[in-house]
Amino acid sequence: MTGVWTLVRLALRRDRIMIPVWIGAFVLMTVTSVAGTVGLYPDAASRTAASAGINDVPSLVALYGRIYDTTSLGALSMIKMDGLGTAFVAVLCLLLAVRHSRAEEEAGRLELIGAGVVGRYAALTAALLVSVGTSLVLGVVTALTLIASGLAVAGSLAFGAAWVGAGIAFAGIGVLSAQLTRGSRGANSIGMVALGAVYLLRAVGDSRGPEWLSWLSPIGLSQQIRPFAGDRWWVFLVLTGVAAVLTLGAYALHGRRDLDTGLLPERAGRPRASAFLHGPLGLAWRLHRGSVLGWAAGFLVLGAVCGSIANNIGALETTPQVKALFEAMGGQQGITNAFIAAELSIGGLIAAAYGVQATMRLHGEEASLHAESLLATGVSRVRWALSHLVVVAIGCAALLTAMGLGASLTDGRMLIGAALTQLPAALVLVGLTVAAFGFLPRLSALGWAALVAFLFIGELGPLVPLNHWVMDLSPFTHLPKLPGGAVTATPLIWLSVVAVGFAAAGLAAFRRRDLV
Amino acid sequence: MTDAISASGLIKSFGRTRALGGLDLHVRTGEVHGFLGPNGSGKTTTLRILLGLLRADGGTATLLGGNPWRDSTSLHRRLAYVPGEVALWPNLTGGEVIDLLDRLRGASNPQRRKELLERFDLDPTKKTRAYSKGNRQKVALVAALASDVELLLLDEPTAGLDPLMEAEFRACVEQERDRGRTVLLSSHILSEVEALCDRVSIIRDGKVVDSGSLSDLRHLTRTSITAELAGPPNGLSMLPGVHDLDVQGDRVRLEVDSDKLDAVLASLTSTGVRSLTSQPPTLEELFLHHYAVRS
Repeated sequence: MTGVWTLVRLALRRDRIMIPVWIGAFVLMTVTSVAGTVGLYPDAASRTAASAGINDVPSLVALYGRIYDTTSLGALSMIKMDGLGTAFVAVLCLLLAVRHSRAEEEAGRLELIGAGVVGRYAALTAALLVSVGTSLVLGVVTALTLIASGLAVAGSLAFGAAWVGAGIAFAGIGVLSAQLTRGSRGANSIGMVALGAVYLLRAVGDSRGPEWLSWLSPIGLSQQIRPFAGDRWWVFLVLTGVAAVLTLGAYALHGRRDLDTGLLPERAGRPRASAFLHGPLGLAWRLHRGSVLGWAAGFLVLGAVCGSIANNIGALETTPQVKALFEAMGGQQGITNAFIAAELSIGGLIAAAYGVQATMRLHGEEASLHAESLLATGVSRVRWALSHLVVVAIGCAALLTAMGLGASLTDGRMLIGAALTQLPAALVLVGLTVAAFGFLPRLSALGWAALVAFLFIGELGPLVPLNHWVMDLSPFTHLPKLPGGAVTATPLIWLSVVAVGFAAAGLAAFRRRDLV
Repeated sequence: MTDAISASGLIKSFGRTRALGGLDLHVRTGEVHGFLGPNGSGKTTTLRILLGLLRADGGTATLLGGNPWRDSTSLHRRLAYVPGEVALWPNLTGGEVIDLLDRLRGASNPQRRKELLERFDLDPTKKTRAYSKGNRQKVALVAALASDVELLLLDEPTAGLDPLMEAEFRACVEQERDRGRTVLLSSHILSEVEALCDRVSIIRDGKVVDSGSLSDLRHLTRTSITAELAGPPNGLSMLPGVHDLDVQGDRVRLEVDSDKLDAVLASLTSTGVRSLTSQPPTLEELFLHHYAVRS
């Protein structure tokens, strides 16, 4: 175990910004969640009705979990944090565990460190400590935040413990999957698939039963601590046991393998490129393929869940505030249409996030010197960049189509067209990212800043009356509200023109600048 | 003979650092040209300007008769480049990368590809993330050597190769020269340049400080001579161009400027020579000669 502390300090030094930002984001989510619930359901009767309403809608129970005490303010406030929030905690701990074990090994840095005075298990232990430590800090900070927001002290502590429990379980899954594959991407994928599987397990267990299915899932176990509704601490001990078993498994596997190998066999690939990998477009598709397909699967599920909730939305129509909120977000009468329209616009934002991330790949390929190899052949800069952008644009369209398809399947109406109206706005963000890449390659992340700004405009707009001029900045403001609203082609055309204009300007600048 | 590469007065700055300060480089068609200099002297920057990846702040460059910035795409079909730091897409196999790059150059030769894979002992079915540095270098070399192009730009191509593969690489470059291709070989490995190159340019701090054939350059430096004479030498120390003279009885060791050899040899033979060894200056000495000036 020699050297563990040095490695932990190295990891914390590297993540000194990332970890606090994540924790801050979680705190912000919990604070807004409590404040929002208090505002929406001002009295005990409305809260009880809302809680009972959620418990009556199977798709909501599947998505978030069950409210075990319908009279509790804390249980209602934290329902989203209890479900999706816990999943995000799991993602954070998983990524941290893999990042400081397998990713270091893959990059060859562990070899450098391993040749120093460092024990065989030191890197694994350090990754585990960083991940578990982060979840502990997150749990404590969250519990204190909830207490400060005025929720019951015991329940707040139990809620913190529920997040810690999920966090340490996924730290265990992270270090375990890090033993299996040679690459960190593979280890992350295994962990994410595991997360999806256990989330699904508890979704089925909570909404349809049998209930013991939820007990097989670390996420389900975390919810069974039942913060603000019984505070069952013994379930936390069960989770600790699960984490311990996973961790011991990781140590056992680690002792049986060599440095820089995985336990899953590395398959031999193609000795020759297929006819498809013929040019920059084929390569771009190959590079984006995995992420497009992964995101599309997520969008299909998201759409299906939204369509299904929308069909049962009547049960939630408990207070005039809720109704007003949805109608403001959806911008029309009829709560079902309003809900779907609101969810589709969130889908549009997420599709834009995919678009920004995928477009940033241009910068990634340039910085990693991959682009240099291509641009030293007969491929022009514009052709190279366009081949990525074509894939990104088709990718955005595919995600929205998947969401529309999912919603159509559960809602029964054809909603793909409604989902696709979000495309021009998402492409404006792609265009902005291209412009940043062309003009200010070091500030390629400007696309993200724009997305966050538009997100705030979109989320705050219905709640706080914003200046029209500010509202109009966001491309999402100009989209027709579908389904239910009137389809107008003019804004869609204009947004497309703006998107193409930004992209063209960015490409023109890219042609004229030095490669980094 | 025309020049495959002709650059004069190239200037390039990155912020306040000046990478190239008026660089001249002339590579004749059909020759193997060594581009020698230590790390950070501007070799890679020059190559990236010649590839149109960077735009020069000043000066002119002609590559295969075209403008490297304006005509980059059409020029790139006629050349192959092996970067100093070979970065490959981690989830593609070596074979896929070789095919992709060769298809993009539009001039691949399957027979040669197969032969090169065998010569360099490279497994094309492995994902590139599993390759060592040397094997990644081999992927780039095979892709470049397998395409039928006029000009090869090689940036420190043997950096990760073991001695066996280095020998294989030298054999390949010699073949390429025999087939009439032009090669610009950037390197700081002197023995490699000495073994392969017809002409050499030595770069220091962004300027070419010396350029010419190896024999041209050797005139600038000293030959070392050890001789056993019939009697004690006389007058050697008076001759121009003689340095580090060391006389022990009949044995003489000295260094002489290569263009003053005649007089020294005449003096030695006048005394009578029993045995004589002379060593031509190595590129190493040439190199040190230029870099010693700095201090």
